[in-house]
Amino acid sequence: MNQSIAIDHNPSPRPAWRLINIKSISGVAALIPIAALIFTTVILFIEALPAIKYNGLGFLIHTGWRPGNFYVNPVTTNGIAHPIGASYGALPLIVGTIESSVLALIIAIPVSIGAAFVIVEKLPNQLSQTIGLFLEILAGIPSVIFGLWGTLVLGPYLARDIFPYISHIAPNVIGFRFLKGNTGHGEGLLTSGIVLAIMIIPIIASTSRDLLRQVPRFTREGGKALGFTDWETNRWISLPWIRTGLIGASVLGLGRALGETMAVAMTSGAVLGANPSNAFLPMTTIAATIVSQLDSALTDATGLATRTLAESALLLAVMALVTNLAARMLVRKVSSTALPVGRGI
Amino acid sequence: MANLVIDPLALGCIANTSKRRKIKNLFLWTLASLSLLAIVGPAVWIIGQLFAKVAHGWRWSVLTQVGSGLGGGLKNEIFGSLLIVIVVTAIAGLIGILSGMYLAEYANGPLGGALRTASEVLAGIPSIVLGYVGYVALVVHFQWGYSLGAGVLVLTVMVVPYITKTTEVSLKQVPTSYKEGAAALGIKNSLILRRIVLKTALPGISTGMIIATAIAVGETAPLLYTAGYSQSLPSLSLTHHPVGYLTYAVWTFYNQPSAVAKQLSFDAAGILVFAVVMLIIASRVVVAMTQKHSEFQ
Repeated sequence: MNQSIAIDHNPSPRPAWRLINIKSISGVAALIPIAALIFTTVILFIEALPAIKYNGLGFLIHTGWRPGNFYVNPVTTNGIAHPIGASYGALPLIVGTIESSVLALIIAIPVSIGAAFVIVEKLPNQLSQTIGLFLEILAGIPSVIFGLWGTLVLGPYLARDIFPYISHIAPNVIGFRFLKGNTGHGEGLLTSGIVLAIMIIPIIASTSRDLLRQVPRFTREGGKALGFTDWETNRWISLPWIRTGLIGASVLGLGRALGETMAVAMTSGAVLGANPSNAFLPMTTIAATIVSQLDSALTDATGLATRTLAESALLLAVMALVTNLAARMLVRKVSSTALPVGRGI
Repeated sequence: MANLVIDPLALGCIANTSKRRKIKNLFLWTLASLSLLAIVGPAVWIIGQLFAKVAHGWRWSVLTQVGSGLGGGLKNEIFGSLLIVIVVTAIAGLIGILSGMYLAEYANGPLGGALRTASEVLAGIPSIVLGYVGYVALVVHFQWGYSLGAGVLVLTVMVVPYITKTTEVSLKQVPTSYKEGAAALGIKNSLILRRIVLKTALPGISTGMIIATAIAVGETAPLLYTAGYSQSLPSLSLTHHPVGYLTYAVWTFYNQPSAVAKQLSFDAAGILVFAVVMLIIASRVVVAMTQKHSEFQ
């Protein structure tokens, strides 16, 4: 009898369930955002492709948003079925998006820096906590409520009491003509820009506040020793110190303003094909167009209208991606302080 | 980083007469203080105006009736919003905390950087774009129809980055000595993570969850074309049953000519703001409580 004891020199591999440990589960979870990002871009691109082919490069430089005639048989051009007379140009949307966002930045940056200076330098702890609470509330108020307030309260107030005054005092020279003429009813570029500014102030102000708190005491005291006043210390020492972070936060705010939908859809007038002659009159942006046009685009049997909206969404996504990546790369290069996510809370 | 070269312009400041500089100092600080008004002012204005509107036309049936046409109440929207927010918070919380754990504990080097950037950039994608993709992919292509599932999925993708970020940051703030102490006792790595690190980071993580909830409550654009709208109470089925939610009522009723519809829009907005402010205060309370009991500082 050949008795042998089976000695397992080669221990069997770990059973499959042992591979399910916390590291691999959390690793899968960490892949979800990148998967969502790729999924979003690919779906948008596939959906937009026929519209990109049909609209061509003219989409970026033409004015006029004409879905064509839905009630006669569609025709086919270059292999893409479309209603007769369909022609899309997104230039006013692109210009409107950029104008309103830049306007918001122009208002929000100085206000945020000033507020951050006061919060860090002048206010007692209790009071700066309270201002911090207001910043969080401002960041947390839903955008549809900013829109509601902007269109029912702020817009009419501005159009009645402020815009005529601005229009009156603005000099009638090139560069200021956009502040002249018909002051409208409160739905337009200026109202949207102001509402957007209020919405992005929390991002820029809270980031600048956190950065200012990290400016080393010694460096600031050096300024004092040179005879700087309080303001000059902030202006010439603290501000250069936080400059990169501030630029990053501003670009982040820009990204949010570019993509803001509900508030702009409600305060800009969201008029397609609008070509406002000044800053007081209705305009529209890419995001506002997508949200207000999808319903009617669904009635286009050839699908070109929805695909054109997909093309606009792709354009907007690319704009947001580029601004976001730029902001983060800029900040990561020079500072260990990461930028806040999304709304800055 | 420290750039200690003083700008020549700044030296010009000092050379100026001191009285002018003092006046300038006072003037600029006054101006800067006024910018605080740009923060407090709009917040008070929005909440005050809304409160006045809601109080003016408030009727309790708003809470107990479902909508009918342009009238009725907001019961369907309130329950819909609650349902959406609870499901989103549960799913996004699980995914966000896990991925935050991975980023804080395991992901160093280029892979971690890529995952981190992807998550942060995802938070920067406009919500309407995510909503549109949800419509194209989930509602139309997967044939889910306007449904709870589609709305929840899009909203989850939107808020996961916030929870990931706060989880990662609060895990990284857990002192290394805690982990080393546990490791010295011979505790397994995964157990250290679960029992010691996660427990210490819990307040930070809950704050992130609360903020994510506040965002989920207030979103409109990603839900309009995914969750759709319904005037009946939400059903629990994931597909083919549209769900009503509060932000929809604000967006649809505000420009209706009927005063009843307008009032519903204000009421929905009032409930939303109340919920968001409560959530923000809750997050502050969590922070304050833990700071009191914290061993450091």
